[in-house]
Amino acid sequence: MELSPDLLRQAHYWMRLARALDDRGTFLHKQSKIVGGYFSQIGHEAVSVGAALALEPNDVAAPMHRDLGCYLARGITPRRILAQYMGRSTGVSRGRDANIHGMGDLNFGIVGFISHLPASLPVAVGMAQAFTLKGESRVAMAFYGDGSSSQGLAHESLNWASVFRLPVVFICENNQYAYSTPLSRQMNIVDIADRAAGYDMPGVVVDGNDFAAVYRAAHEAVKYARAGGGPTLIECKTMRMRGHAIHDNMAYVPKELLTEWAHRDPITLLEDHMRGIGLLDNVGLSTLLAHIEAELDEAQAFAEQSPYPDEASLTDGVYA
Amino acid sequence: MTWDQGLHKEISTIASEDASARELTYLEAIRDALRYELLRDARVLLMGEDIGVYGGAFKVTQGLFEEFGERRVIDTPMAELCMISVATGMAFQGLLPVVEMQFADFISSGFDSIVQFAATNHYRWGQAVPIVIRAPGGGGLRAGPFHSQCNEAWFAHVPGLKVVAPSTPADARGLLISAIRDPNPVIYYETKALYRSIKGPVPEGEAGIVPIGKAALRRQGEELTIIAYAAMVPEAMQAAAQLEAEGRSVEVLDLRSLRPLDEEAILASARKTGKVLIAHEANRTGGIGGEVAAIISQGAFEHLDGPITRVAAPDTPVPYSPPLEDAHRPNAAKILDAARTLLAY
Repeated sequence: MELSPDLLRQAHYWMRLARALDDRGTFLHKQSKIVGGYFSQIGHEAVSVGAALALEPNDVAAPMHRDLGCYLARGITPRRILAQYMGRSTGVSRGRDANIHGMGDLNFGIVGFISHLPASLPVAVGMAQAFTLKGESRVAMAFYGDGSSSQGLAHESLNWASVFRLPVVFICENNQYAYSTPLSRQMNIVDIADRAAGYDMPGVVVDGNDFAAVYRAAHEAVKYARAGGGPTLIECKTMRMRGHAIHDNMAYVPKELLTEWAHRDPITLLEDHMRGIGLLDNVGLSTLLAHIEAELDEAQAFAEQSPYPDEASLTDGVYA
Repeated sequence: MTWDQGLHKEISTIASEDASARELTYLEAIRDALRYELLRDARVLLMGEDIGVYGGAFKVTQGLFEEFGERRVIDTPMAELCMISVATGMAFQGLLPVVEMQFADFISSGFDSIVQFAATNHYRWGQAVPIVIRAPGGGGLRAGPFHSQCNEAWFAHVPGLKVVAPSTPADARGLLISAIRDPNPVIYYETKALYRSIKGPVPEGEAGIVPIGKAALRRQGEELTIIAYAAMVPEAMQAAAQLEAEGRSVEVLDLRSLRPLDEEAILASARKTGKVLIAHEANRTGGIGGEVAAIISQGAFEHLDGPITRVAAPDTPVPYSPPLEDAHRPNAAKILDAARTLLAY
């Protein structure tokens, strides 16, 4: 499948925005304008954007903490995200949840995740089952990782989706490490996608740093799900290029491994491809980056000017 | 008899004030509420293990699969953790799932999905989780440590959840309807020992819907209040009747809702009688009784004429062998003993 210039431009923008927003967050954390933990997603842009762009606006997604591109591409704005990071009342969770956790908004088909990964998988499965029961032609996409693939709930969720043949696309982001735990302590197989065979669903392995590969696989799986084929498991091989969170210098990761993956940066790969087919040049890139910086400056100003939540609202919303 | 039928030698009947009301068992009243809501609202659906074709381990959902079909009464894989979050996802898309735990004991397999995801969701990002989890609890059925538990206190501790535990057929129906219509996750503890052992008048239609958070005064008295819920309500009533025969005046308050607790009703009765005995089937430490005692101690201290007393199971797993289970489980005789001690103050 040939990817249209328009799609590549969109992907480029969202991936660059995710990277820049991520960097902005790190900067603001160093300034203590963001407190508590902070999770970088650098290296994951092709996965989160490639998967998200395969969905229709009416579909739903349950992303995690390294899927900033998915939140952005689905319509959660940098304003709301930076306000969330700063604990402001205008943040997605109105100061209730920390950093990127709990950034759910069903107006954009986004479920807010909790720390107990892969807790969102069955929620996505349930949304897909609701679509099926209501006869709606919609698809649910659920993200998890190499670490949470070890949880029993990953099995329960994939099995459930298979038993009821539900329109779910499982995106497994294999980024080599769960906090400090390497793959060798997580599993005794090479490809998590092998497990799909046990659920009689398609299992696909893609290069998670190659936007086109992720997009094509996700697009195919979404189409298959929407046609009533059932779930697909897509394993995206990538690398977490920062520590688990900002406090973590990841001394446990061999330098050579990081160097190897740094040469395969997802944004560089996409830009090289776009330059090769005449969709991008230096001027175009500078213009885009300047646009993004201005957008983030405006979002940061909005967040910093936003009030903290009122103490009197402490107990608001415990119950609906 | 086996555990799924219950060890019920006799059926006690609750007198009806309304001659026209139907007489249903506690189990039939639960089924009636499910059926009523399934008929009334196309968004309502049931999910659980063996609830469809088989009609449920206790036959609570018997006939509903045949009447409503496999899209409304869904047999699921054996996966509580997944099931409860599937219900959450369905609720996000406008459905109103009622999930059956085959036994309340198995609810622990779904713990994260309840206390971490469903309970916190509305507070975190404003999306309500209108799900009901039915949990058949309680012992006395020789069912052993993993088919007898009363684990309601685990959930009464959790902000964002509601927890109810009816003791009569009318409340079984009325509270379940309220739970299904509530926009929050509600854990509905139904008492297995009461399924077929009690029968009583049950209103129809929109009559008799019981609001969550309201206790019921089952019996008025002057000298002592027994606060109970679920299986301990009939036991408390029996103890109170015996004490009345001995010339003592005892009040019985049925909590019905464990979160939120009806603090007003608890304090009103404590202030009135000055002596409070709390009875629950669950083990003592960290149980609902401790919370009720603290509410009374803080809110009615100057009215108390004796120590707030708890009758609860000892802190052991629920044992299987009949003499051990009988020693473990509170009953009318144990309540009576404690009430006499408290009345002597």
